[in-house]
Amino acid sequence: MGRVVVEVMPKPEILDPQGKAVNGALPRLGFTGISQVRQGKRFEITVDGPVTDEVLADVRRAAETLLSNPVIEDVVKVEADNTDAAVDATSTTQIPA
Amino acid sequence: MSVSGAAGARIGVVTFPGTLDDRDAQRAVRVAGATPVPLWHGDADLGGVDAVVLPGGFSYGDYLRAGAIARFAPVMTSLVDAAKGGLPVLGICNGFQMLTESHLLPGSMIKNERLTFICRDQVLRVENAGTAWTNEFAAGEEITIPLKNQDGQYVADERTLDELEGEGRVVFRYVGGNPNGSRRDIAGISNARGNVVGLMPHPEHAVEAGFGPDGAAGLRSGTDGLRFFTSALTSLLATA
Repeated sequence: MGRVVVEVMPKPEILDPQGKAVNGALPRLGFTGISQVRQGKRFEITVDGPVTDEVLADVRRAAETLLSNPVIEDVVKVEADNTDAAVDATSTTQIPA
Repeated sequence: MSVSGAAGARIGVVTFPGTLDDRDAQRAVRVAGATPVPLWHGDADLGGVDAVVLPGGFSYGDYLRAGAIARFAPVMTSLVDAAKGGLPVLGICNGFQMLTESHLLPGSMIKNERLTFICRDQVLRVENAGTAWTNEFAAGEEITIPLKNQDGQYVADERTLDELEGEGRVVFRYVGGNPNGSRRDIAGISNARGNVVGLMPHPEHAVEAGFGPDGAAGLRSGTDGLRFFTSALTSLLATA
């Protein structure tokens, strides 16, 4: 089993009210020197087999159809996730000692 | 006020998981003099209705984006086809969000500028009194109906906005201050043909004296929303 990570961000020209609110809260906590925050979405998609080019193309299509709205958002990343965390998360048989 | 000769008109009201205002929309249809037909999101059959209302609420919990998952419900596939064929469709609030997600109407809704949930009586100006849902109004008329949402900020690129303005497809504008940051104070728009209209405020909550917004005639006397529904009946009679 493999995992694909999809990231979706609001388009640069679209005002991001959530990012703006986070940006406003940071200085109150003492985090200074931050000029802008933009908030997006990350999807971790587990697939049945290995992550082939075909699987990536399928996931990209899903990202552009359902996971994002092209009017207000851009799909900024569709990538196979080969980290250990991905392997652990997709393993159902591993029992920690 | 109801449209005589309209009793045979059947107006569908779609219920999705998380829809809130389907009962009020059905009641508005009844008060206007037509017969409401409950439609189910999972059923692609529109039951031969003469018009459809997509009511407000939080379909599928507003997960992902408001209206994003509802847009792929079986009923929507049939509805998109029918709307392209001229079926009158009114999308209210979450219903408006579904219409933009399904590309029947351009643009999209994002979170309100100040992120707060807004619930208040809202004055609107009717900019286009020629659509299937506004022909009982006068162009330029100001009406009051409730507004209640969190994702109500209408956005589209400048070219789309210019196109909407140029073609008279801005149907409603907010009056007395922009409540949510919507581009060009836009509260509602239509498709080119004028049979599909979407707006964020709620006409179905202003159809009967005693239950509507406060008006000149007294507390909760406002019934400006009723004419959305009588307009649809008038346009159905005109095309019958």
